[in-house]
Order: sequence, then C-alpha cells, then structure tokens
Amino acid sequence: MGLGKAINEGLRRALAEDPKVLLIGEDIGTLGGVFRVTEGLKDQFGGDRVIDSPLAESGIVGSAIGLAMRGYRPVCEIQFDGFIYPAFDQITSQLAKITNRHEGHMSFPVVIRVPYGGHIGAVEHHQESNEAYFAHTPGLRVVSPSNPHDAYWMIQEAIASNDPVMFFEPKSRYWPKGDVDTEHNATPLHSSRTIRPGTDVTLLGHGAMVSVLLQAAELAAEEGTSAEVIDLRSISPIDYAPILESVRKTGRLVIGQEAPGNLSLGSEIAATVAERAFYSLSAPVLRVSGFDVPFPPAKLETLFLPDADRILDAVDRVLSY
Amino acid sequence: MVQLLAPDGSLVPSERAEEFIPYFEQLTDDNIKRFYRDMSVMRRFDTEATNLQRQGQLALWIPSHGQEGAQVGSAHAVRPQDHIFPAYREHAVAMIRGVDVFDIIRLVRGLTHGGWNPNDPKFRNFHIYTLVIGSQSLHATGYAMGIKFDGAYATGNYETDQAVIVYFGDGATSQGDVHEAMVFAASQQTPQVFFVQNNHWAISVPVSVQSRVPLYRRADGYGMPGVQIDGNDVFASYAVTAKLMDEARQGQGPAMVEAHTYRIGAHTSSDDPTKYREDSEVESWVARDPILRLEAYLRGKGVEQAFFDEVAQEGADFSSDIRRRIVAVENPDPASMFAHVYSDPHPLMEEQAAWLASYEAAFPTDAPATAVDGGDA
Repeated sequence: MGLGKAINEGLRRALAEDPKVLLIGEDIGTLGGVFRVTEGLKDQFGGDRVIDSPLAESGIVGSAIGLAMRGYRPVCEIQFDGFIYPAFDQITSQLAKITNRHEGHMSFPVVIRVPYGGHIGAVEHHQESNEAYFAHTPGLRVVSPSNPHDAYWMIQEAIASNDPVMFFEPKSRYWPKGDVDTEHNATPLHSSRTIRPGTDVTLLGHGAMVSVLLQAAELAAEEGTSAEVIDLRSISPIDYAPILESVRKTGRLVIGQEAPGNLSLGSEIAATVAERAFYSLSAPVLRVSGFDVPFPPAKLETLFLPDADRILDAVDRVLSY
Repeated sequence: MVQLLAPDGSLVPSERAEEFIPYFEQLTDDNIKRFYRDMSVMRRFDTEATNLQRQGQLALWIPSHGQEGAQVGSAHAVRPQDHIFPAYREHAVAMIRGVDVFDIIRLVRGLTHGGWNPNDPKFRNFHIYTLVIGSQSLHATGYAMGIKFDGAYATGNYETDQAVIVYFGDGATSQGDVHEAMVFAASQQTPQVFFVQNNHWAISVPVSVQSRVPLYRRADGYGMPGVQIDGNDVFASYAVTAKLMDEARQGQGPAMVEAHTYRIGAHTSSDDPTKYREDSEVESWVARDPILRLEAYLRGKGVEQAFFDEVAQEGADFSSDIRRRIVAVENPDPASMFAHVYSDPHPLMEEQAAWLASYEAAFPTDAPATAVDGGDA
C-alpha cells in the first residue's frame, strides 16, 4: 500500500483500539480528506469521532487542546503545509507550552498531521517544508515517515505519545507502494535508522528526501562510491546515535532537505556532528537544501528541490577533501 | 440591559430582567451576604496585591477593582461540576472555586507559569490563567465538545450534567480565536457560556474601537442568544449566568453574556490610565460600584453594622495572610525548568538538566549563580 493508505490504516487501528482517539479537520469526514487519508473512517466511526470542522485552523488546534483536557487524544489534520500558520499561535504558544504551564498536572496528547513538501506541482502554499519552525519550539515532538511501513506504525506511536506530536507526511509519497508489516514494528518513534549500508559517505534526510538519497546512493555505487543512507524519521528530538556512528565510519556527511537551508534542520545537525565527531570528519558537513526563497511556481520546482544530481554534486565535493 | 439592583441599592428589575427573576428569587439572605463578603474580601486583596507590587514583591499585578459584581455573581451561578476557563483577571472566581489566591500571587511574582492543578477536585474545575488574549476561548469550546461527546449533559440530572463557562474581555472579542470559538461552539452546539466582561478599556483602547455594535449583539451572528447585563449588579450577573448555564447543561447550546462593568484601576501595574481616560468617566463608574450597591441593599434589609465590620476584618486578615506568606516564599528549584516541558521522557531535557546541575555544582555553595529575587522581604 502507499504511505497515505498506511496512515489511513494506522488511524483506523488507533480509532478502533482507543475510544478516546478522535480526528478533527477540514473535509476529513464525508470526503475523507483532500488526499483521502481519512477515507472511510467517518463511515466506520461516526461524525463525533471523525469531525468535519469549520474552516479555521486555529479553531481545530485550539479545540483539540480543550478535548485533550477532557481526556481525548485528538488527531488534527491541517489540509496543507502552508495553511498551518493561522494555527501557529495555538501550536507554539498554547499546545507546546501548556504541559509545562500545568506543571505536569495534565498531558496534551495531540497529534497534528501535516501533508508537506514539494514534487506535486501545486500552487502557492501547497508545497512547503516548514517543519523547522516546530522543531525549534520546546514542548513539541516532530516526526516524518518516509515509507508506508513507518507511516503505519509512526502514526500509531504518535497517537500513543502523551506529548504533542507534529506529524509531517511527505505528500508526494502518498501513492508509491511499499510493504507494510502490520504485525511487527522494530523501530521506536524517535529513532533514526540506517537503511542502506556504505563506507565512503553518509547521506541523511527525512520524508520524501529519503527516496532521493537512495536514488543518489544507487548512482554513486555505479561510480564506485559506497554511500550509507540514514532515514532521520524523528526531527525533534533527533536520534544522533546512528548518525554519529555512521560519520565516525565514513568521515563525510551530506544532508538533504527540501526546506530552505538558512537556520534549517541540516544546520543544527551539522553543528552537532561537528561538536561530537570533529576528529572523525574528513570534510565539512554539507547541506543540500531548497533555496532561501518562497517555494517557487510549480514550473520551477524541479530546480528548487534537491534531486539526486545535486546530492551527488555534494558527494563529489566532500570526497574531494 | 438586565438589571435587578439599581446603583442606589434598590431592587428595581428592568423590563429585560423579568425572565431571570426566578433565579434571583432562589437566593437566600445568606447567599446574598456571601456575595457581599466575596466582593469585599477580593477588593481588599486587590489593594494589598497592588501595594505588594509597588514594594517590589511582585513583578506585576492585574487589578480586578470594579469588576467584582460581574465575577462574584457569575461564579456563584456555576455549579460544582461545571468547568471554568478564566482569562487572567478573574481572581474572585478563582477564590470562590476554592483556588488559593496565593497561587495567583506566585504567578505574578515569577515563580510559576501556572499555579494550581485544575484536576484537583478541591479547585472545582477552575482552569489556570491564559495570558494570550482570547486563546482560552477555544480550549473551553474543545472542552465543551468533549462534554458533548461524553454525553455528560442534557440527561436531566441537575447534579451531574456539565457545562463550561469561559471569561474574556471586550478587547478579546476582536481576536480571531474568540470568533472561531463561537463558530465551533455554534457548529457543535456545545454546552457553554461565553462571559464577556466589557470593562470598556483594552489597556488604552476603548471598546468603541473594537465594535460598532454592542458586543452582545454579535451573538446573533453566531446563532446563539446574547444577553447584556449590568455587570456591576451582582444579582443580574448571578441570575443571567445561572439561567444560561442551566440551558447549556440541558442541551440548548451555547450563549453569550456581555457584562457592562468598568476597570476602576489600571490594566496592570505597568499601566497609567490617566494617559487615556478622563477622571469624570472613572467617577461615573465609581458611583455605580458593585460593592457599595449591595451594601446599600443589605442595609436597607436591616443587616447590622456588625456584619460589615466582620467582613472588613476578614478582608484585612486575608490580606495580611498573603503578605505574611509572600515574604516566606522560596524561589523554584532550577531543575523544575526541565521537569514538565514534556510528559514523556525526553533526551534533551535529561541532558540539559544534568548539564545545569553539574555547572551549578562547580560554584561554591555560598555564591549561587542563579540568585534572582523580586525584592527585599
């Protein structure tokens, strides 16, 4: 199944297993969401558990906070990445800080699902990668699956978390199919994972970037370069152990990300790797990012988004040291 | 406008008040004396807190002087099983629900961002303050949606059916969150009351800048009843809130109250209201004071001086207790900064708390690096 269907199945299982789980968002009920990720769930669980909300993002998140106070575990859907900003205050000033404000007397198990990223040729506000805003905010957890199996399990783990979780779904990966083992999950939510072994250079990314990195690693192998690929999975907190272990082996790290590079997730990881594995590095850590411009009109997106060639260009540069 | 008690203390219900009179008539003499006591004690506490701020014991104070009628009447109209979402000026409501107002003092002294546990039954579902204007309105609506989904209302059981009341001011009515809260409440037909204390000033901006129509009329646009009351009439505040909360609990959907009142003091201790409003306006509201009004009513009913003396002494004792406790309070443990950012374990919190502890331990114990104090005891 595709990543979108895997999330649908994960949500279905969470709704079935815990009566306190409910979904709230725009068009998620009768329509099943603009990406059909919640398709069929209202029919199965009813309109009080799969709620078609009024069209107001702050209202969705703010009312989810109140529902969490009542003991519910709400899963909000923000329709597109670029539509999250009306809810920014409720997410960053309320949801992120409200556990701390309550000094542990209340938990806020709210999940906010955000279809994000490019590669779909859409109009403005529909292709952004804005996860760093939320990763920068204490009190939130931020994750992003790259494949259907992880998506199936990570959405359930996010719902089971007692903390707010921003769940970034790489919308361009909703449709490509992959295997999902619905019986076994080997990887905890906040762990990164080495998904292709290599010895010469480490490639790191999350979400849709992971398939680009794997493609780059294939091409590099044809040229005799052995690239190790790590799927970050958890953006906050970051699981550094597999990253540092890999860098200590390869001595070289290239980070791919769709987001603009200035003050980005890649910047933070590069700084931390420099602090903790300085003597293992044979070259500077390089970031391959979107440019520091608004996401461009669709006909320019292939120039904006890092592709395998731009990753390989960075690989060549780190190998040249 | 609903008014039962005229500014001179005479009981002269306005025409609009008629449907609410049965609720007023449920009040006993002791209930009414309790209203007076709560308003007076809070007025005295407010003065004390203002002084404590001037003496450097508090970083800030948020006066409630003038709004006691709106707060005390509505607070007593809410049943124990209901939930209350305050803004940050509802000190009287907090006290009535059983919150130790010293916890509010701790907040403005810089010791906590919260103060009390809304899950503790002894605080009777009084939630913690929210400082961002209007944000709590959505939390209240979400909570009320939860009551609806739980089926915890409209069963006909007066002892267990629940509803929510949320407080905010005239300035907050311009916020998008308040609008969205009313839209969601109407959409879901939640059991809740939006209680607007229109104290006429959002810091320096008059209510005429917020709205071209009386605020209660906005309710009509959301498809809910809106009732304007004399907020300095504790009876009107009680009777109208009690009726609308009953109706909410019975499943008749959300409603809005606009309580006309006035902030006699500053917005906060950092504010200087002489820069934006006339003394004559303040004086006109002092003449409509909620406490003096009820005192005149009670004296007219033959309540003797001994009662008023007793209440004055209670207010003085209450305030001196706050003063006594504040000089004894200690600063929070540095580790508490990391303790509740997340509910589940988090590697950054553990790492940074450990780092701070070891950094602190490197200093001689008689020279703590984090000593910060609000002032001399």
